[in-house]
Amino acid sequence: MIGPNHYLFLSAIVFTIGAVGVLTRRNVIIIFMSIELMLNAVNLNLIAFSAHLQDLAGQVFVVFVITVAAAEAAVGLGIVIALFRNRETINMDEIDLMRG
Amino acid sequence: MPEIPAAGELFGFLSLNARAIAPQLHLIVWGLGLLCLDFILPGRGIRFLGFYGKSFSVALALLGLIAASIQLWLLWGTGNGDAFYNMVTQDAFSEVFGILFLVSAILAIALSYRHLDIEDAQHSEYYSILLFATAGMMFMAGAVDLVTIFVGLELMSVSTYILVGFLRRQRRSNEASMKYFLMGAFSTAIILYGMSLLYGISGSTNLNVIAQEAARREDNTLLILALFLMLAGLCFKIAAVPFHMWAPDAYEGAPTGITAFMSVAVKAAAFAVFLRIFYVTFHDFHDLYMGVLAIIAMATMTWGNVAAVTQQNVKRLLAYSSISHAGFVLMGLVVGTQPGISASVVYLFAYTFMNLGAWAIVILLRRRDVIGESIEDFNGLYFKHPGLAILNLIFFLSLAGIPPLAGFIAKYAVFAAVIESALAAGQAHGQLLMWLAVVAALNAVVSLFYYLRIVVAMFIERESLPVPLSFSVGVWFVLLVTGFFTIFIGIYPDPFFDLARIASLPLVF
Repeated sequence: MIGPNHYLFLSAIVFTIGAVGVLTRRNVIIIFMSIELMLNAVNLNLIAFSAHLQDLAGQVFVVFVITVAAAEAAVGLGIVIALFRNRETINMDEIDLMRG
Repeated sequence: MPEIPAAGELFGFLSLNARAIAPQLHLIVWGLGLLCLDFILPGRGIRFLGFYGKSFSVALALLGLIAASIQLWLLWGTGNGDAFYNMVTQDAFSEVFGILFLVSAILAIALSYRHLDIEDAQHSEYYSILLFATAGMMFMAGAVDLVTIFVGLELMSVSTYILVGFLRRQRRSNEASMKYFLMGAFSTAIILYGMSLLYGISGSTNLNVIAQEAARREDNTLLILALFLMLAGLCFKIAAVPFHMWAPDAYEGAPTGITAFMSVAVKAAAFAVFLRIFYVTFHDFHDLYMGVLAIIAMATMTWGNVAAVTQQNVKRLLAYSSISHAGFVLMGLVVGTQPGISASVVYLFAYTFMNLGAWAIVILLRRRDVIGESIEDFNGLYFKHPGLAILNLIFFLSLAGIPPLAGFIAKYAVFAAVIESALAAGQAHGQLLMWLAVVAALNAVVSLFYYLRIVVAMFIERESLPVPLSFSVGVWFVLLVTGFFTIFIGIYPDPFFDLARIASLPLVF
């Protein structure tokens, strides 16, 4: 029988994979995908709780998260394109004009 | 004959109590209108009714902000309360923060207009996105529900990502925006994970309901996990050590008007959410998070100051100084009492004025063909523009906390709150709070050192400025307003203490 705890563990694992990805990867697009992974871990959590509590608020929250994540992705990819036009790189280690 | 219901009642509009968010609605409608009007307004260089085309967008944006301010004034103290079925509220706390956001947005636009011409980035979108960011902040200050907090936070953050990268042909601006975006999205994800756990514990997204549920529960492991996740995420947003590394880069690369706006309004909005969540929802766990917050506050002010000492770039120097000021504002949160909230709010107001004033002078130094961001650019300012140099001295002394200026009053308020609570608290906490006060006092001294480096450059180095400063009506206006309030709060702080006190009342039970 799969209970809410299974979903919580899955979500925690996905969230951790995302967080580790953000901290260790150097490619901007991969970092961005890791952040999306973290957001989806949140969605998983909310849906699991929503089903467990028989309460709709969690699912409404998920719709908000998905919508806002889409807006954020649009802006983020726009920034990546602006950066790539000027620098021809999307590697975080080479994005180092400002220091100190 | 049945009575015909009014249109509002028919659509259930009145039960939404939409009036409570009138200022935000104004900002959004004016911002959208500005976006649409941009297509039909005459372009730059074409005179129309005696104005250049882009002056219209500035005028419209300012009108929108003024309209929102009038709405806020009309709503002032009416206590409309919860709107949209407890999603957002209009109380003294949101009203007082609303003033702060609207004032900073007006001053930021006044700072930006000429600056954008110099940077060759005069587009109407800048102003409309600024309005959206302000609306997001006002939603954050009024949010009493996790969903509203999230949406407001993202409306503000996404707008700010765009504004930071607004100089899209400049590599520094691209970089700043990239770093800010990645760190911002990362911290949002962390906050969200905390929110999802809170929802799971309580079955509700309302802050008050969560607080009640939390008080009822025996086992609070998940709640404490959620608390620390949200603490970490919010510390990212206010740029507290150890989550501050994005701030100097983002502040340096952004257009200076936006840097000024970010260092006051965006930070204040994050503090508004911080105060609301930690006083309303997590207040029962104050003993638990207080130690962590106290250590973060001490680390933030110390590290901000130490790093600022070696900076050569003024924007970076002020960015680190802004980090250390966030540490001082955090002191009010550490205390966890009503005077603590008041102290934080007073600090934020004083900081808004003195910091915007300092940024106004940095903006004056940016001229065509002159970057004007290093400390050497201040050389000989006193001999060319004595009044300006003295005004700048006032801002820096105020930032360092010298009496009788606004910064002193602000620091006095947080010190008083911390020491008062240290004397009242139990043994362990009393000692921690005393240490916090000692570290803060030492930091005030250190900060004087790096502000004086710029003052020395202005008053002692005898070098004339080869290129005239980029004066404009907007910058003069900002200098006047900020200079006036920096001195005014210093000698007569009572109105601001009153404001801060009424703001704190809705948060304490």
